[in-house]
Amino acid sequence: MENFSAPIVHIKNLTKSYRRGGQIVSVLTDITFDIPSGEFIALMGPSGSGKSTLLNLIAGIDKPDSGTLKVGGIDIAILSEGDLADWRAANVGFIFQFYNLMPVLTAFENVELPLLLTQLSYKERRERVELALIMVGLSDRMEHYPSELSGGQQQRVAIARAFITDPVILVADEPTGDLDRTSAGEILAILDRLNSEMEKTIIMVTHDPHAAKTAHLIRYLEKGQLDVAD
Amino acid sequence: MHFLKLILRNTLRHKLRTGLTVLGIIVAIVAFGLLRTVVDAWYSGAEGSSETRLVTRNAISLVFHLPIKYQERIRKIQGVMEITHASWFGGVYISEKNFFPQFAIDAKTYFDVYSEYIIPPGDLTAFIIDRKGCVVGRKLADVYGFKIGDTVPLRGTIYPGTWKFTVRAIYDGAEAKTDTSQFFFHWDYLNETRKRVTARTERTTDWVGVYAINISEPSRAAEISSEVDAMFGNSLAETRTETEKTFQLGFVSMTEAIVVAIRIVSYVVLLIILAVMANTMAMTARERTSEYATLKALGFNHRFIAGLIYGESMIIALVGALIGILLTFPVANMFSEKVGTLFPVFGVSAETIYMQAIAALAVGIAAAVLPAFRSAQISIADGLRGIR
Repeated sequence: MENFSAPIVHIKNLTKSYRRGGQIVSVLTDITFDIPSGEFIALMGPSGSGKSTLLNLIAGIDKPDSGTLKVGGIDIAILSEGDLADWRAANVGFIFQFYNLMPVLTAFENVELPLLLTQLSYKERRERVELALIMVGLSDRMEHYPSELSGGQQQRVAIARAFITDPVILVADEPTGDLDRTSAGEILAILDRLNSEMEKTIIMVTHDPHAAKTAHLIRYLEKGQLDVAD
Repeated sequence: MHFLKLILRNTLRHKLRTGLTVLGIIVAIVAFGLLRTVVDAWYSGAEGSSETRLVTRNAISLVFHLPIKYQERIRKIQGVMEITHASWFGGVYISEKNFFPQFAIDAKTYFDVYSEYIIPPGDLTAFIIDRKGCVVGRKLADVYGFKIGDTVPLRGTIYPGTWKFTVRAIYDGAEAKTDTSQFFFHWDYLNETRKRVTARTERTTDWVGVYAINISEPSRAAEISSEVDAMFGNSLAETRTETEKTFQLGFVSMTEAIVVAIRIVSYVVLLIILAVMANTMAMTARERTSEYATLKALGFNHRFIAGLIYGESMIIALVGALIGILLTFPVANMFSEKVGTLFPVFGVSAETIYMQAIAALAVGIAAAVLPAFRSAQISIADGLRGIR
């Protein structure tokens, strides 16, 4: 599927390496590609191919060694840690494989968490959180703690937390990796709705070809390099 | 509000671990408070001393006494308001374990010089006119159940024989720090009995232990002390005069090593609990690495993460401190009852409570420094990788 809208993510000659055991290991080599706004893209590839690293770079939780990385027109590679934290809070929604909810907070409080960094009043926060939990089908689970929810329900709370601030992009790292097929289907359906109805740009890392099919575009990574295979 | 909620819920997440750490803090704070109170009790004699009182003793040692005739000569020195004397008796009441200080005193002047010992005037007169009468402190009366009219037998160790006294008065202290564990009786009774039962030599009678001198102004203490000592220079019994505080500190210095040891132990107790607390916070922070990474990914900064760890550490430390401080009072009371009149003044001071609170605060902060620094510094990618 071709998309001619302006790229929300612009990546050019991006490289990233890590130091492990005294050796420098190259993870991403000369990556160049754009992600159009409103796209739902799946990043696939074998373990160690660098897809999670690429996702972390796009989400601003890691920094590249060299190259250009612009998200929404901002070169996030040059932002300071403090500015990057503010940028993430305003522009990125995170969905993790193991949900990463705060176990001591209820579903409502977990979803409310990113809103604490905004200027919204409690009433406004409450309205938003309730709406988000209704959208993911958990209006009757607001006061439940993560330990009282199933895996699928926890991931739905995590999705509500990810889009509650109305971010520019949603990054999902193996969002169905810890779920059964039924729950995974529900999660992918929600992501699809977020993309089609709310026009959220979604970048999803997955091993699962079935999950990847939900995306409109698939990019393959192999040994830190990008292959195109629509 | 949410910040505090998160800290409180995190604190209660591992109830057993938190409970045991709080228990450790409580024990440490109580032990620290008790040991400090023991040290304070050691110094209570010096702390309770008057600035306008001098003590004159034999220049060689306290073991050697001074002639009674010095009293009138010292009284004539300008600036001396009143003078009295006291002699250590060292008797045993029923058995050796019932230790309390006993002094043979000049009944007519002693309570003028030691005005902090409060005696009803009628009882004081009753004591003065009864040569075999005695005055006991309130604490002593409470411990042994002495009442006015009771006979108290003391077996003499320095002055042989059994000495019987009748309680004529019970004194109270003007302040909480006043020693009310002492026993006073007439020096005249002691001296006359000695004269009767021993060979009539001047060396065993008409001598007193120390003189206590009330002076007009504290600023003249050094001058009057020098004058007293000069008066008896090159005599058979040269004197050494010093302020009452210096005199009392002289006793404390004899046991300085014990006081230092107690002080060291009190700080070691704090160091141990600091290590325990730091271990608890390190374990806590390590277990929550991925949560902190998630919070950072969501946009919370490193100060927020550090604040969570400091907050949790402070709650544990301060809850432990609060309970520990409250428990220090009954524990100190129990200790005081157990040791009887060994420590005449034994009470938890305001300074000790402040020290306990400051110690807990310091432990709370110090225990969180390293875990908070590490958690705040860890990269989000590394933190998230920890759960994968």
